[in-house]
Amino acid sequence: MKNKLISYSIILIFLTIFAVFYKSLKDTNIYIPETKINNDIPIFSAELLLSKENLTSTEIFEMDKFYLLNIWASWCAPCRDEHPILMSLSKNNQLKIIGMNYKDNKKNAKSFLDELGNPYEKIIVDKNGTNSIEWGAFGVPETFIIYNNKIIKKYIGPINREFLIEIQKIIK
Amino acid sequence: MIYSVVGHYSLILGLCAGLILIFFSIQNFKNTNQLDTKILSFSFLQLFFVLISFLSLIISFVISDFSNETVFNNSHTTKPLFYKISGTWGNHEGSLLLWLLVLTLFIFIFLLRTKNQPIKYKILTLGFQQVIIIGFFLFLIQTSNPFNYVFPVPEEGLGLNPILQDPALAIHPPILYLGYVGSSIIFSSALAATTLKMISTSWAVHIKKWVLISWIFLTLGILLGSIWAYYELGWGGFWFWDPVENVSLMPWLALTTLLHCILVLERKEILTSWVIILSIATFTLSMCGTFLVRSGILNSVHTFANDPERGLFILIFLFALIFLSLFIFFFFHQNSKDNSSNFFWLSKETSILVNNWFMMYFLSVVLIGTVYPIFLDVISSQKISVGPPFYHKLIAPFLIPFLFAMAIGPRLKWIRSDFKDKIYLISLLIISISISFFIVKNFNTNILINTILISSALYLFFITLRDFFNKKYKNFAQNTAHFGFSLLILSILFNNLFSSEIITNLKVGETYDNSKTKIVFESINQKKEKNYKSIIANFYISNSEGINNNLSPELRIYNQPNITTSEADIKTTLMKDKFIVINLVQNQDYFNVRYQVKPFMMWIWLSVVMISLGGLVSFLQKRI
Repeated sequence: MKNKLISYSIILIFLTIFAVFYKSLKDTNIYIPETKINNDIPIFSAELLLSKENLTSTEIFEMDKFYLLNIWASWCAPCRDEHPILMSLSKNNQLKIIGMNYKDNKKNAKSFLDELGNPYEKIIVDKNGTNSIEWGAFGVPETFIIYNNKIIKKYIGPINREFLIEIQKIIK
Repeated sequence: MIYSVVGHYSLILGLCAGLILIFFSIQNFKNTNQLDTKILSFSFLQLFFVLISFLSLIISFVISDFSNETVFNNSHTTKPLFYKISGTWGNHEGSLLLWLLVLTLFIFIFLLRTKNQPIKYKILTLGFQQVIIIGFFLFLIQTSNPFNYVFPVPEEGLGLNPILQDPALAIHPPILYLGYVGSSIIFSSALAATTLKMISTSWAVHIKKWVLISWIFLTLGILLGSIWAYYELGWGGFWFWDPVENVSLMPWLALTTLLHCILVLERKEILTSWVIILSIATFTLSMCGTFLVRSGILNSVHTFANDPERGLFILIFLFALIFLSLFIFFFFHQNSKDNSSNFFWLSKETSILVNNWFMMYFLSVVLIGTVYPIFLDVISSQKISVGPPFYHKLIAPFLIPFLFAMAIGPRLKWIRSDFKDKIYLISLLIISISISFFIVKNFNTNILINTILISSALYLFFITLRDFFNKKYKNFAQNTAHFGFSLLILSILFNNLFSSEIITNLKVGETYDNSKTKIVFESINQKKEKNYKSIIANFYISNSEGINNNLSPELRIYNQPNITTSEADIKTTLMKDKFIVINLVQNQDYFNVRYQVKPFMMWIWLSVVMISLGGLVSFLQKRI
């Protein structure tokens, strides 16, 4: 009896260890920058892509309005995939879409927009990628929803239809 | 191209040989008059196929055949020949092939050399070993085939990680694997012996050689890794309690304990449960280490690729082996007469048991420190890292009674002992305490713990030293190993206490000066080698004792892949190492300079060599 109890508990312990190892295999162990949900947006100033203006963050993001910040680059293939969704979102008047052009060549970026259309109201140039880091991003594409100068939602990777519906809910 | 095909197919043939071997073993197991000669020939054939496969991989590396994916990922035409060859096992796929080679080699030697043991036992050991071998074959062919093609064939390879381009590291994996894989023989043989209920003194005599072999290689393998980390990683230490180091230390602790238990079992049929569990633990801990570093759960230089599929395979394989061995242990093993509570308190048996419990404690500390962060991450998604203070605080205090037990234990007699030459033991104790108090008083603030630690190590040192000259005392091997261990602890302690460090930023031509040491940054040279550019800084260092040295640390900027490494310059003398390393500071024209004086470094390495020498002596010794 006592022996059985011991063997069962040992098997149980090993099964637990197995489960934990199994789960940690599934989790990525790549360090993820802290998602800055409900944090104030970083303050910065940057050049715009299509005009030679230099704007500060307070000039771009006004209070009481919804903004979508999309980090993209012409060399990034998933950005191409999500572009039609951004185009359809740009028809929505309640949401202003700001682009952040990440580590890109200006000429390529412009021809990308000529080819697929320009959903962005303004496009900030992030030549060396530092602005994106300030935002807590770690790659392209990434999308943030901003309201009252706060990040209320962050999406990593190309956005999809589900995200589109979610955004529409948030705005309402 | 052709070599990849040859290598790939000989792997598959090796797998087939494994399956045939299992079939023959089952057949032969029923009819056990004599060992089927086919078994021996197929075992040799398997070894031959793996060897062919391994050689073809080496040739692919040597001729820089970039149609092979492994070669493409890990080699480059400008790499020196030596590193082209060592690059064969400097990556995930190749190192697994090496595992397999050693596995098949060892089982072949085992079949050849094992005499005077029942045929059934030999066959069963072979069967268990083939389960492991087939598992590795499948793993290699399924998830990490070293002979995958790349098409179109690239012009140039990606290069070997520069910090792995080092002579110590070129031989570190093979040596360590000999230790790891040796433990697999112990595992299979212990399972076979348990199933056949023949865990006995004669089995202990037979398996002792294998325990010693793997123990010697494991010890040397860890030593080489440590030496490499000391001069290559440029941190100026030799042991960082990094998870990767810990996973090699854990099997070592289990194996060391097993070695002591086997020494008991060799004479008396006791501690059998200990022996079986430790045999299982040593191998599963080695496998667990492979899993942890290869799956990418722990990040380190050993994590060659983050492929969850690989991790999953090893994980399932590992736990299948664990459950198999647990089943065999609980089902077949009868805890017969060996009742450890019957031991007389002052006897060799008791002291071995005390040693076991101490070792188990050290093992659990290392185990918890290594896997707890993984558990915490999974359960509460908190990320923590466990550093040296954890290990030092938990291990150092327990080292004191451990060292005393190590000094007294071997002097005791079997079954029942009493203290002889008490006066001599006590006087040595008093001498040790007073010497260490005298040493510590002059240097350090934390007197109490250091005094006790040093005196316990000194005590072991004196006792073992005296026994070398004591003619009545015959156990030379044990004495050498224990003496080496005392020397190791002493060197580590003195190294910790008396190391000094200067960290400063210097430009060329500048001088750093404090009352004791003067560092002059004289000049800078640039040199171009085949696969890297190097910046060599020349320093002139003089200290208050009037000893002057020229040291030239180096920064190497490798072209393939583009990585900068710092090569420390170390002036090694018998008593102390002078260690200097430079680092680039971003966008500045000065260098970050770290200068360390580390006493007794040499002795740390020497004492580990001495410990394994003890093992070697015991291995070569004929049993009296």
